[in-house]
Amino acid sequence: MKFDAPATTNPIDQLKVVGQPVDRIDGPLKTTGTARYAYERHDAVPNAAYGYVVGSAIAKGRIKSIDVAAAKAALGVLAIVTAENAGKLEKGRLNTAKLLGGPEIQHYHQAIAVVVAETFEQARDAGQMLRVDYDREQGSFDLRGGMDTAKPAGITAGPPDTAVGNFGSAFAAAPVQLDETYTTPDESHAMMEPHASTAAWDGDKLTIWTSNQMIAWGVGEVAKTLNMPKENVRLISPFVGGGFGAKLFVRSDAILAALGARAAGRPVKVTLQRALVINNTTHRPATIQRIRIGTTRDGKITAVGHESWSGDLTGGKPDGAVSQTRMLYAGADRMTATRLAALDLPESNAMRAPGEATGMMALEIAMDEMAERLGMDPIEFRILNDTQVVPDVASKPPSQDPQAINNREAQSPSKDKPFSQRQLVQCFRTGAERFGWDKRIAQPGQVRDGRWLVGIGVASAFRNNQLTKSAARVRLETDGTVTVETDMTDIGTGSYTIIGQTAAEMMGVPLQKVAVRLGDSSFPISSGSGGQWGGNNSTAGVYAACVKLREMVAQKLGFNSAEAAFSDGEVRAGNRAVPLADAARDGSLSAEDAIEYGDLDKKFQQSTFGAHFVEVVVDAATAEIRVRRMLAVCAAGRILNPKTARSQVIGAMTMGVGAALMEELVVDKRVGFFVNHDLASYEVPVHADIPHQDMIFLDETDPMSSPMKAKGVAELGICGVAAAVANAVYNATGVRVRDYPVTLDKLIAKLPAVG
Amino acid sequence: MGTAASVALGATAGRAEAQAPLAQTLAAGTPSLSKVSFTVNGAARELELDARTTLLDALREHLHLTGSKKGCDQGQCGACTVIVGGRRVTSCLTLAVMHQGHDITTIEGLGTPENLHPMQAAFVKHDGYQCGYCTPGQICSAVAMLNEVKAGIPSHVTADLNADIELTNAELRERMSGNICRCGAYSNIAEAITEVAGRQA
Amino acid sequence: MKPFTYERANSPAQAAASASRVDGAKFVAGGTNLLDLMKLQIETPKHLIDVNGLGLDKIEETAEGGLRIGALVRNTDLASDKRVRKDFAVLSRALVAGANGQLRNQATTAGNLLQRTRCPYFYDTNQPCNKRQPGSGCGALQGFNRSHAIVGASDACIAVHPSDMAVAMRLLDAKVETVRADGAVRSIPIADFHRLPGDTPQVETALGAGELITSVTLPKPLGGAHFYRKVRDRASFAFALVSVAAVVQRDGSGRVALGGVAHKPWRVEAAEQKMPQGAKAVTAELLAGAKPTEQNAFKVAVVERTLGAVLAEAKG
Repeated sequence: MKFDAPATTNPIDQLKVVGQPVDRIDGPLKTTGTARYAYERHDAVPNAAYGYVVGSAIAKGRIKSIDVAAAKAALGVLAIVTAENAGKLEKGRLNTAKLLGGPEIQHYHQAIAVVVAETFEQARDAGQMLRVDYDREQGSFDLRGGMDTAKPAGITAGPPDTAVGNFGSAFAAAPVQLDETYTTPDESHAMMEPHASTAAWDGDKLTIWTSNQMIAWGVGEVAKTLNMPKENVRLISPFVGGGFGAKLFVRSDAILAALGARAAGRPVKVTLQRALVINNTTHRPATIQRIRIGTTRDGKITAVGHESWSGDLTGGKPDGAVSQTRMLYAGADRMTATRLAALDLPESNAMRAPGEATGMMALEIAMDEMAERLGMDPIEFRILNDTQVVPDVASKPPSQDPQAINNREAQSPSKDKPFSQRQLVQCFRTGAERFGWDKRIAQPGQVRDGRWLVGIGVASAFRNNQLTKSAARVRLETDGTVTVETDMTDIGTGSYTIIGQTAAEMMGVPLQKVAVRLGDSSFPISSGSGGQWGGNNSTAGVYAACVKLREMVAQKLGFNSAEAAFSDGEVRAGNRAVPLADAARDGSLSAEDAIEYGDLDKKFQQSTFGAHFVEVVVDAATAEIRVRRMLAVCAAGRILNPKTARSQVIGAMTMGVGAALMEELVVDKRVGFFVNHDLASYEVPVHADIPHQDMIFLDETDPMSSPMKAKGVAELGICGVAAAVANAVYNATGVRVRDYPVTLDKLIAKLPAVG
Repeated sequence: MGTAASVALGATAGRAEAQAPLAQTLAAGTPSLSKVSFTVNGAARELELDARTTLLDALREHLHLTGSKKGCDQGQCGACTVIVGGRRVTSCLTLAVMHQGHDITTIEGLGTPENLHPMQAAFVKHDGYQCGYCTPGQICSAVAMLNEVKAGIPSHVTADLNADIELTNAELRERMSGNICRCGAYSNIAEAITEVAGRQA
Repeated sequence: MKPFTYERANSPAQAAASASRVDGAKFVAGGTNLLDLMKLQIETPKHLIDVNGLGLDKIEETAEGGLRIGALVRNTDLASDKRVRKDFAVLSRALVAGANGQLRNQATTAGNLLQRTRCPYFYDTNQPCNKRQPGSGCGALQGFNRSHAIVGASDACIAVHPSDMAVAMRLLDAKVETVRADGAVRSIPIADFHRLPGDTPQVETALGAGELITSVTLPKPLGGAHFYRKVRDRASFAFALVSVAAVVQRDGSGRVALGGVAHKPWRVEAAEQKMPQGAKAVTAELLAGAKPTEQNAFKVAVVERTLGAVLAEAKG
């Protein structure tokens, strides 16, 4: 189905099932421990041996030799695979570094071997018996040191630099100016399930039960890496224990499980040990961001400039921190620049809302600072500079999400490109009222509650909506139930449920009558999960398949498909009603289709908006920071399931609190690795860090986005929230921290004396 | 419950056969193979294990009770939480052989998809999970935690060590802090547990 | 994890005897630190003696009016004991500030004292660490050391002791009672139990080979107001950046011990004479000779300010 004209009324608008806050249909499995994740497939693979991955002890250099003798002779060991005996391996198209290193080493903990044994205990012990001799080389590990030699780099298909008007002269002429530099650290996804795969060969056919967000990409990547035809690769990933971008790509667990299984002559399963995950896989890169804003005395932005530096391995990509600055606020003269430093740290890549997450961390502090300089309320300052058209018309709509790799053509500029929907102002107005913003005291350090200094802060939320082809197969079974099959994944997002709701609405059956089967490469290719594109696109694909199935059913039952209504398990037109199941009396009916998009996303900028409100308290003695209240107001198109969508947003807010207050991969710039590579030393928020979270969705349907009229929402929640926290800390203490995370050591020297 | 147990039993029998040659090799080559018997979800289990096997791996890899999750294998995430002798523990930091005669309850022993434990039902109702990977640990932890409150065990946020403990929101969040949820379902988990606690009280 | 032989011991004497008989033997009780280190092969015992069956899990009152805490008393049970909550509140507070509910159910009194450092260079076997591999160097000294020692460190090691409980034990002048293979028992003052790193950071305690902790005794209660303030980035389930244990009497006198600042729980009795003069004076003496790094210099201010808040609260 081609979607090339704004959506009109369709069966989804009934909202009998879609739009209802129903419980997740996979809930009973997940809460009873009966949902099977990639390493738990005793049911499908009863005799898997255990693979243990060995990581490089150096960041850069070469392996001179690996002595495997002791490991080989160890009890239970079945096979050892290194680059020496793995056969020729290609680098995946979406990987920057090789998944099996050697002799060249590209980063710390790059996999250099997998040891396969009968038991996990034997594999782990034997893995630690390898004696590896390295030639260590000097590497570059310091982003700040690499700034001078950093090169212009585009964000995906976009140009590295954009400019409208003349930023330089406009900024110089602005009566009120801000020129500040902000830094964000390297961050880790730290999803709860480490990367894991179980691989089994059947002749030259390979099946991998894995934990992956993007099944079709994964098939292509496995085939390319192992030099085999795609047709011989099957990926199965029905449950994914969190991803946040870490599982967009095939990683070493999948490739080494496959190689180990081939070498051992039996199925092998591999999970990355937690201490290896951080340096072995990908992470969100650190950024250094310079932001300049010039305004008139009454607060109108006349000039805005945003430059960002980040680092990656040679051949890698920059963070897209400047993305939102091209379209979030008005201002006639503007520029952005993106620079990439070549670093020999582990591979940088997408983590939840890549680009906007880091960019909003900086931009939204800058907006708070600017409002203060102007003596304006930070909400009023943002509202004053709202824009209903994209101000950076010279540039292509930016996107750093890897999904954009598949974009069909470069997007052409157009004058005054409007937003399909933009309710940023309403988000702020609604939130201000709910949160009690009018009680804020603008002068910092004024509110005290016992031992605590109290402050509140605000920030915009902004994240683009992305459209991409997505297919599904829908089958009316002979018993009148409906089965949906698509390679879409549910990484905690609620895909099972919203896909089930979509099919139930379209076919006029209760949700209980729909079976949803996901995450199998033998199913039609979906959008996959990432970049908050999964919800809208995958359900739109199911919608398309359902439209086709409805036509087949109508024909079978002798209805005019344009007039037939599907509800309550019946097909009706005029005064005739026939049970839906009758259409499948002679055998099930199956329809497959995809949603494909025209140019509505070129005519209209499709973005999601929100406002974050945060109250923090800071211990007046220790400077410990705790979040006391949080509210997000979001406008993100039709909300397909308010319960699961809310969970996505508050989950993202939680991750944003982590980014604000504790998350930082510490680089040892001598050795070239992330030092704190476990869950005790890389701190993410725990229960005690997170208060009750409040959130509101504004009423919105977006007919430009898809027949579902929905947009992404999963990543909007993280964009801006860290800045709202940082702004609240400033309001509480009067200490402006521009280097994340905002930790007590950055405040304590500037707090008033105790006593 | 019946279904889950019989599936696991069958799988265990199969595995024991497959491992028999290995067991002999191990027994001949090293003295590290040890016998242990304990009760899991009401059923007596006897295992002959490499002494290095953690309780978590014994459950997941030998008894095929994969509900208990391995998130870190270092005691830093809480995903492996099970209940031993009524107390919640991180099963990744204890050896199976150290549990001779113990009574172990895992997520599979609390309820089944068809017959959810009240805590499981509350998690579903309040959407107290997303990816589901930390969920069994959260639920086992929550069930045991409520008993700790009843038993008067203090926490870091207990204001008066010598008074009865009330399960305030702060108490609940502090006591659940050993179970990390990266999807950030904390707010919903707290609501689920509060509902169950209220019902219990 | 290296293969090991496993034994369940039935009496303290038998456990100590086994330990002396088998080279490379280790006791295991809670296992919450040892097993983690065994998986990484930082600890590689050849023989593991399970001491959980020794019955050392009681808390008894001593003739002197103090408490004898069995080595196997779990952290949860010690924190919950009515006598501890009432008379040794600082110990209860320290315990519940540590780890999480699950680990406190597993970890024992003796094991808590024997925790090894959480320095990331100690934990990463690719990196130099004099504690793990004597003579290999210290990765933290010029590396990431935000959470490391500010006082009592050496050129060989700037790691900190991670325990909260031990800080309270130090404050309370606990004694560690042990038994050796020959049946000899001794009582080690907690001040002498943990060592500073010096040139031998691998030697962390005063325990001899095969020596088994049987109990920890507390002298009679001190009275006063008890405080345990743990300062950290994350609100819970995190090691201390700094912790301050204090008992403050009505007259302003008292005791102070610190966690997170040194290779052992840190207490300087002479500094306590200054308590009536306030936190600044106490801190100056308590941290005299401190050599913080650029990354952890903030800890000095945290100590002083936290102690200041404690003294202010004690005053009421």
